[in-house]
Amino acid sequence: MRVGVVYYPGSNCEQDAVHACRLVGLDTTLVWHKQESLDGCDALIIAGGFSYGDHLRCGALARFSPVMKLVERFAAAGQPILGICNGFQILVEMGLLPGALLANDGLKFRCQDTRMQVERTDSPFTNACAEGQILRFNMAHYEGNYFADEATLADIEANGQVVMRFCGPDGERGVEHNPNGSIHDIAALRNRSGNVMGLMPHPERVLDSELGSSDGRLMFESLRNALTPSAPAEVAASVGPVEVSIDV
Amino acid sequence: MSEVAERTRPQEEIADETIALEHGMTSEEYARVCEILGRQPTVTEIGMYSVMWSEHCSYKSSRVHLETLPVEGAAVLQGPGENAGAVDLGDGIAGVFKVESHNHPSYIEPYQGAATGVGGILRDIITMGARPLALLDSLRFGELDHGRNRHLLDGVVGGIAGYGNCMGIPTVGGEICFDPSYDKNPLVNAMCFGIAPADRIVKAVADGVGNPVIYVGAKTGRDGIYGVSLLASATFDAEAAEKRPAVQVGDPFTEKVLMEACLELVEKDLLVGMQDFGGAGLTCAASEMASNSGNGMEIDVALVPRRETGLSPYEVMLSESQERMMLVTTPEMISDVMGIFGKWDLDAVVIGKVTDDGLLRVLDDGVVVAEVPAHSLAEDGPCYSRPYTIAATPATLSGAELPCEVAPGDVLHGLLRDPNIASKRWVFQQYDQTVRYNTVQRPGGEAAVIWLKEAGSDAAVAISLDGNPWYVELDARRGAQLAVAEACRNVACTGAKPLGITNCLNFGSPEIEERMGQFAAAVQGMGEACTALGVPVTGGNVSFYNETVETPILPTPVVGAVGRLDRYDASVRSGFAAAGDTVWMVGALEASDAGLGGSAYVRNFHDRKVGAPPAIDLELEARLQEFLVAAAGAGLLASAKDCSDGGFAVALAEACFATADAARTDAEQSAAPRSLLPGMFGANVEILACEDGLHAALFGEAASRALVSARGEDAVALAALAARYDVPIAAIGEVTAEARLRADVAGATVLEEDVQELYAAWSGALAQAMEND
Repeated sequence: MRVGVVYYPGSNCEQDAVHACRLVGLDTTLVWHKQESLDGCDALIIAGGFSYGDHLRCGALARFSPVMKLVERFAAAGQPILGICNGFQILVEMGLLPGALLANDGLKFRCQDTRMQVERTDSPFTNACAEGQILRFNMAHYEGNYFADEATLADIEANGQVVMRFCGPDGERGVEHNPNGSIHDIAALRNRSGNVMGLMPHPERVLDSELGSSDGRLMFESLRNALTPSAPAEVAASVGPVEVSIDV
Repeated sequence: MSEVAERTRPQEEIADETIALEHGMTSEEYARVCEILGRQPTVTEIGMYSVMWSEHCSYKSSRVHLETLPVEGAAVLQGPGENAGAVDLGDGIAGVFKVESHNHPSYIEPYQGAATGVGGILRDIITMGARPLALLDSLRFGELDHGRNRHLLDGVVGGIAGYGNCMGIPTVGGEICFDPSYDKNPLVNAMCFGIAPADRIVKAVADGVGNPVIYVGAKTGRDGIYGVSLLASATFDAEAAEKRPAVQVGDPFTEKVLMEACLELVEKDLLVGMQDFGGAGLTCAASEMASNSGNGMEIDVALVPRRETGLSPYEVMLSESQERMMLVTTPEMISDVMGIFGKWDLDAVVIGKVTDDGLLRVLDDGVVVAEVPAHSLAEDGPCYSRPYTIAATPATLSGAELPCEVAPGDVLHGLLRDPNIASKRWVFQQYDQTVRYNTVQRPGGEAAVIWLKEAGSDAAVAISLDGNPWYVELDARRGAQLAVAEACRNVACTGAKPLGITNCLNFGSPEIEERMGQFAAAVQGMGEACTALGVPVTGGNVSFYNETVETPILPTPVVGAVGRLDRYDASVRSGFAAAGDTVWMVGALEASDAGLGGSAYVRNFHDRKVGAPPAIDLELEARLQEFLVAAAGAGLLASAKDCSDGGFAVALAEACFATADAARTDAEQSAAPRSLLPGMFGANVEILACEDGLHAALFGEAASRALVSARGEDAVALAALAARYDVPIAAIGEVTAEARLRADVAGATVLEEDVQELYAAWSGALAQAMEND
């Protein structure tokens, strides 16, 4: 079972994603954007950063990289793809996820910790989380303000595509807990069939409580569960300290 | 010499003395060039000498003083002279670091000035073959009630963020001060820390006669011509805005790709030497590389990739276009080198070769346009012992001179709201602090702590960048001692042992005796402190001419200190950790000088910049730092924070709310959250009376003190350890769960404040000041 981390000129989180995957025991390889094979990967992570320097529009150029044809086919085949930060922007530009990512409210780059509540655990990226669990992640972006028009939004909600929403320490929602202005407090979004997910905050930067939080491990352990279906149930129990989940 | 010159006399217009003067050279310097060449120089040649012999590149006014600094130590792998210094971090890891200024460009065009400052310091680290892991910035602006200063702060922070974030290098610390003296001359000092295998540090050399010289990176344009000579080496005047074309424009994407490609070459051992095109561009890179190897170099400017047509050889040699590197490799390795640049889609061209004649020969499509000894450009610049006068040391300020009617609680609120002390979250939040996932302690603590995970190590480094300019203004020698002491103390508070420092010395015009005196005294004080604390200077930067016609800046030496921690997960933080812990003061507890001179309290509440800065006993300072490292190593410290800006009371307040602040996730910037944050503590302490009065006891900035907390059961061990290091220590109270800060003197309560309210004052002040627009 192998995870490929796709990166482009200007990506800067690919090593962090590789580190996170390996930490939970996933065989992981880097996939350069010019590659014409996915090297037998069973899941892909589109790494964060500034692909092509964010020229034109975040993620707008990366979608034309040679490897992206393969990524499209990979998605259509129902295999798991996770886009983190710039990776989320790229998935949206490719049309694999609906909507758009606008400049943050406040029009500044923001790096801070943020909390998100898990709404869907039937996902290759959240199956190790409890429903309603509140996770503490770190985020760092300028264009992470998720937006979709009303019809699309209704569709997204009706199909249960919102995997996580920004929230406060007790799961409360509100503008002070939404760090970038995302509509409906959407923090993590998946496609209709659930195999493609994007989020702006960085799970690969929250693996060790000494560095702030270890909640990100849950996502990588979820991926490991998804890729090894017979994985024992204690996987979830092996996770380090996580914040107590609150009633939903 | 004359024979060589005769044979290949450059086919170009001759530069007479008038042209040399127009280039900012003196008549003596022009005569010296003629003597070296045995003939009159060409215009291109005089351009090359003028930039290489500029203050910025040649250190002509500062060198005689800098040579007195201690540069050797057991941990030093690379001292001053290369692109950056390096210390041994154990396990075969070299820590490579340096700080550099980009002051004048940032005033003219704040976003690009700051951005290219970050780009420049990153290239200095990359050039050493090191992977940059962290950036820090020391910034100085005029006060924020002026819209122009808010514009500058906003632009500079945006530029730092725009460049560093895109590069994927976290910005993890630094500091900012505001004073009217910086109104027309803000300071932007950027520091970078990186790591390299200790046995594979790359140097700026051009070894091996016949080896190819490669130009790689961005194309060359007209931007930045005279950047070092016009902007960095002259006093500002009313026409500053007209110098905007001399500011370079940054492209972090190109630099990111250039970094990855160059580090891949280093990894695969495909290089002989590497040098970035910094100030003075191609001229600097070529002459320094050749000179460092005792060789010559021949380059043809017609081969240099250009962004625009019609560039003359003169312009190509002097352009300061960003994101360019010069590499020397061997004929055997060149195809591998070009293959890697192809992978990263970079322009790379062989523009010349290493020669054995010691000359830097510049051709334009085969025609010689300049031919000068490389060594004369790089090393034979003028060196001046400029006259200077050192101001008399002012008298210590006594509390009796400063009666204060303002209640201590109101003073504390006022100090916490002072943008010099208030939270810098508004700034740091714009920087990616966590990319590469090594950041153990983010901005806001005593020092940034960076895990050396990428070297496969459990060790970490602590990095602090600091400098109090008001102290230096009052007494440059002691102020510089205090700057070194504080930067190293910050590092020691995390538990890391300081190993070395880098400095950025921002001063006014060296041609004015008083300013030169400030510089000379500051360098002397810095050297004394480094010797006493056992931390060598591994490199740095001097920035003179920081003055407008009417006013100089406060003399501002900034010190970047780097220390090592055995374990990344054992660093000590600045905020209290648990209710019931004992609060201790350690260090110079009975200092004869309460530290009122230059203090934030006296500046804010007496509007006076008088007196002497705090006295410092460097021997005690050294013992205090050793004690902090030992106590942290023994696991005895729950928190540690130095007492500096705002004195004891500000340190105590910050220790009460630092843990909560670090844990904050809400998006509000300008106000404290409505409910009590987790990690917010209070404290009950009993302090000694001070003969300079209550305000001096609470807000005096006496040096060499730290406020630490420890579990109750560790009290005996902590006191015993302090005794072993001969450092005074006193238990002064305890950390409380109730968020109230209370200080008593002789049984009477003199200060009692709600910590939540103190936090609101501190956390919102800067954002509110910036939202004035």
